[in-house]
Order: sequence, then C-alpha cells, then structure tokens
Amino acid sequence: MSSQCENPVKKFLRTDRMPSIWCPGCGIGTSVNCFVRALMDSGMDPSGMAIVSGIGCTGRVAGYLNLDSFHTTHGRALPFATGLKLANPELNVVVYSGDGDLTAIGGNHFIHAARRNMDLLCICVNNLTYGMTGGQVTPTTPTPAIASTTPYGAYEPTFNLPHLAASSGASFVARWTVFHVRQLTRTIEEALGRKGFRFIEIISPCPTLFLRRNRLGDSVDEMRFYRDNSEIRNQCDTRETEIAYRGKIVVGKFVDRTRPTWREAHAARHTEALGARFIQWVGPEDDLRAPDEGMA
Amino acid sequence: MSASVSDKGLLSGRLFIDGDHACAEGAIAAGCRFAAGYPITPSTEIVERLALRFPLVGGTFIQMEDELAASITAIGAAWGGTKSLCVTSGPGFSLMMENLGYAAMTETPIVFVDVQRGGPSTGLPTLPAQADMMQVRWGSHGDFRVIALCPSSPQECFDMTIEAFRLAERYRTPVVLMMDEVVGHMTERVVIPPPEEISQEPRRITRRPPEDFRLFEPRDDLVPDMCPLGKGYNIHVTGLTHDERGYPVLNVASQDSLIRRLKDKLLCNAGDIVRWEARDLEDAEIAVLSYGITSRIAQRAVEMARAEGLCAGSFRLLTAWPFPEEAVRALAGKVKAIVVPELNLGQMVIEAERAAAGRCAVVSVDHAGGAVHSPEVILDAMRAAAGRR
Repeated sequence: MSSQCENPVKKFLRTDRMPSIWCPGCGIGTSVNCFVRALMDSGMDPSGMAIVSGIGCTGRVAGYLNLDSFHTTHGRALPFATGLKLANPELNVVVYSGDGDLTAIGGNHFIHAARRNMDLLCICVNNLTYGMTGGQVTPTTPTPAIASTTPYGAYEPTFNLPHLAASSGASFVARWTVFHVRQLTRTIEEALGRKGFRFIEIISPCPTLFLRRNRLGDSVDEMRFYRDNSEIRNQCDTRETEIAYRGKIVVGKFVDRTRPTWREAHAARHTEALGARFIQWVGPEDDLRAPDEGMA
Repeated sequence: MSASVSDKGLLSGRLFIDGDHACAEGAIAAGCRFAAGYPITPSTEIVERLALRFPLVGGTFIQMEDELAASITAIGAAWGGTKSLCVTSGPGFSLMMENLGYAAMTETPIVFVDVQRGGPSTGLPTLPAQADMMQVRWGSHGDFRVIALCPSSPQECFDMTIEAFRLAERYRTPVVLMMDEVVGHMTERVVIPPPEEISQEPRRITRRPPEDFRLFEPRDDLVPDMCPLGKGYNIHVTGLTHDERGYPVLNVASQDSLIRRLKDKLLCNAGDIVRWEARDLEDAEIAVLSYGITSRIAQRAVEMARAEGLCAGSFRLLTAWPFPEEAVRALAGKVKAIVVPELNLGQMVIEAERAAAGRCAVVSVDHAGGAVHSPEVILDAMRAAAGRR
C-alpha cells in the first residue's frame, strides 16, 4: 500500500523539469520541501500564490514550483514582487532567493522592502556563497572562509541578516537551518498567515563549493554541525544573531510585530487627505480582458 | 471648450500643460493605473502629476529606491494585470537597460518614458538632447528589439502615450516614448477628447483553459496571449531562453526560434506599428528627416528654403524603432539629398544612410545638445546639399 502513495509534495512541483540543477547534498531542495509542506498545512489556495525568484541557485526555486512563478533579473526579485503585489493585491506573493541575490546585488531593495513593510514573504537561503557562478565571496561569507574570489580567506565584515531585516522594519523575522525541518516548516506556515514584510533566513550547505573548498566534509557532516552548533533563542535580540566562521548559529523566531503595510499606509494617508475622493486600486479589472475574437 | 472632469476623475477638453503633464494624462486616458519611478530631471513632473492624480482615479504610484527597482517594479505590476508605466531620463534609463531587456525577453506589455537630456553621464540635467536614440535600440545586452516613439509637442506626448500603450498591449512588448527636455517642459494647448472617444487597448487574455494554454505560444501575428494570475494557469516567466511553456531550454535551436520570433513579431507587424509624417515631399529636391523637438525647427527651415525657391520637404519620424526603412529608401530614390538634423553627434542618420543605401546623399546636421538647432544651420545644410551657396 505505502509504495503506492504519492509524495504529497509532488503536485506542487514541476516534475517535468526534474532532475533539478541542484547538487547532491544541497540544502535548497530541503527548504523547498519545507515550504511546500507549510503551504499545504496553511490551507491556503496555492493558485492564489505567486513565487518570485532572482538569479542564482536559489533563484531557480520559482522554476520548480508549480505555481504562478517569475524568475526575474539578478537582485530584483523584491521590487518585481512589489509591483506584482501592488497590481494584484489578492495574490500571496513569496520571494524566494539566495544571500548573494537578496543582500548583495539586491541589498538596497531588501532594506527598502523591509522599510516599506511591503506585504511579501521573503525567504533567503543563505549558503554563504555564490553557488551558481562557482563559489565567490558574498556579504555573508565569514572570515576567514575560502571562496574563489577570496583564495586567501574572506576578510570583509558580514551582514547579520535578521538584524538587517529587523532594523530596516520587517514585521516578522526568523532563522532556521535546513537541519530544523519541522521548526522551519512551522515558521513558514506561521509567516504565510502574517501580513507585511516577513523575512526567513535559512542556513543551508553548499557542499560543492563552500564545504569542499573549506575542507568541511560533506552535507551530512554539515547537518551534524548545524545540530550541534545551533542555539534556539526565540525573541532573541537580533544584534546577537551574527554568524562567525564555524561559530554558533542562533535560530528561532526573533521578531513578530504588527506595522501597517505599504498599501495600508498608502490608503490611510490618502483617505485622510482626500476623503471619499480617494479611489484605491483593488486589482485588475475585467475590462482589461480582450473581447473574444474567436481565435482562442 | 474648457477642461472638465468626469465622475471617474478623467480630464477632457482644452488644457494648457507641458509635455510631461500631457504624458501623465495620456497614461491615465490609456487606462494605465500603475507607475513607478525615481526622481530625475527633466522627467519628474510626469510622476509628480501621477502621484497627484492617481489616487483620484484608482491608480497606484510608487517612488522606488532607484531606477533598477522602478523598472522591474513596473514590470511586476504589468504581470499583475495593470497597464504600467515607468518614467526616467538618460542616467536612469542607463540603469533600466537591464530590465528593458527582461521586458523584451519575457514579452511584457509596458511603457517606458525617457525624457532625454544632455549626456553622457550626468551631462546636462535641465537641457535637451536626443542622444539616447541608439541606446533605446541597442542599450540592453543581447539581440533585443523595442518600439520607440518620438513626440514633438505636448499634444503628441498625450496622443503617443496612448499609442504606446496600444502597441505594448497588442504586441506584448516594451514601448519607449522618447521625449526630450524641451518637449517635456514646453507648455502648449493640449486637447483631450472625452473619455468615451479614447480607445483603450485590451490585454490579450487567452480564452483557453490552463491545460491548453502556453504563455509563449505565438498566434498568427507572432504574438502570444497572456493569462490572468491566480487562476491556476501556473505560468513560468524567465529571462532565460525558454520554450513556449516558459521553461528554460538553453540550446541553439531554442535560442534561434525565440530570438528570431521576438524580432519578427515587430518587423512583420511594422505596417501597424511604424508611422511617419511626410510633408511637401511631392516635388522635393531636398528632404529633411527629423524627429521630436528637432522636427519643429526643421519645419521652419523647410519653410525658409521654400521661400527662397529651394524645393524642400519634411519626413518626420513618429516611430524611430522599428525604423521606417522602406519609406526612407523610397524617399532616397526621389530626392537629391536627405538632411538629418538631430540633437546628437549623428545617431538616426546612420539608419537613414543605411536605408538610403547610396541612392542619394545623406547629410548629418549634428548638435552636441543643450539647445535646439538654429533653423539657419539646417537651411545652410540644405542649400549646400542642393549645390547652392
């Protein structure tokens, strides 16, 4: 009997695009599994969800999920999602991308999306490197990790992403590793039910480029490392969530607060200023649809 | 007739406004209800007017953190189901090249506006140029194409913004309105017809159910239909080379068929897209080919030439890209010379030379920007081309 059961995650995946481009031992697939299970558990209508990715290994997530999906330009997933959400406020828009995409080339957009409290769930798979292009240093690569563009070791200070998100204004901030699949799934489900800019960082191994180059073993070794070095501290002050090279990883839900979203603030201001003359955009109108030309 | 406002907040009647404001009203009249921008002279008045007017007509304007964000936000809104506008000037247009290419590759219906100023770099922020004409054609990487229109008055800023949205929706393509500082800041009479007389191009939304629909499968006109979001179509949109489902297929055959179709969908529909205005060309010995603000100076030069007995006429580009190649080639077979004044050191003249292919002389009347030509300079070039001193 059990051999006939289909994996419930499968119908959310574009199986005709499998196998994926991800390496054996990569954590991105695990994060996607958690995301889909959270989506199922949330009871949300998946057809009302759109997923937006940037460029890179995690940028490919959009292409494997059987949802309305957008693989955008490098770093621009958040502003694309901003336009998508404002034009179609009924959609649940999820941005799913990597540390390089979201916090280096997209870093400016990241802080501004958080500042505006744009109504987006932003999932960042942080593997401490640029995987797609061959393992270069990112804003999260800790000193003195070896990357292809820091062959003698990384030396720049890193971003503490939960702190960056929280201090920029995010209404929900959490971090887990891909070892913490149950906690991560629960947190994603919880975040799906919130409004505003919600940020979840997922610490994930890049076995091919980060672990191997730094002689840290394989992904199973890294799971053990996550298990032994993670410290669950919910509501932790995000000033204390910095990640040092092979140091402890503070995980948990750090921020969960209510602030007006961009659209709510926009409506409140214009209603106060204009009263009944203010007309809020509510979504695409039917008259955008072309008349039937009998060519369908 | 003076201006009036409909119960939906739409203006009509006779207004006295500048080209930037006329562009904003054109967008509203075309049914555009989303705009993104970043402040930049001399285009800012467009988004300022939209920030003022959109809340009264149910539109959304957002000022983004930079032009990279503004351009992709506008593209996201277009996919969300709104007619969408993105406004800038040269330095911002340079940043937008990334997403102009993305819009072309993903066949996003969207309108960009570049109110041109002197460049390169920061250049002349408050003074005119027409030096982004090749940038709009070639500025993003790869072999892409867009439609570019050239208004020469506030009235045309209004009319051509509506036309830009028509073309963007009909051909699922970015369309760029190539204004300039003078046209943007020049105040003239603009007549806005009543809302019911303005046709709004509908989106090409498929009638097919999700299982039969492919987002990049072209119809007979080489343009694929779109679909609403959130209705189970589960579309995939990528800037990677893709097949008709939108799935990445990174090989020579896929690249060849996609990139050639993107080119052909504009060139094969050129009859509907490309427009120009011919004036006094029937007996002309010398033609002046111009566009945008320069065409108004050129018209003065043509009149001066006629007054002194030189048979001159005007060929005005309303569409710069695709270039009206056949019309210019035919013109070159009839006149002695085509004189091309423009506020750059010779951009569209290259295209005119290519189209003329040696059938007549093609003379550049260049200008580094910062002001418009003096009509005498253009007249002198016409005289010289005609062999007169």
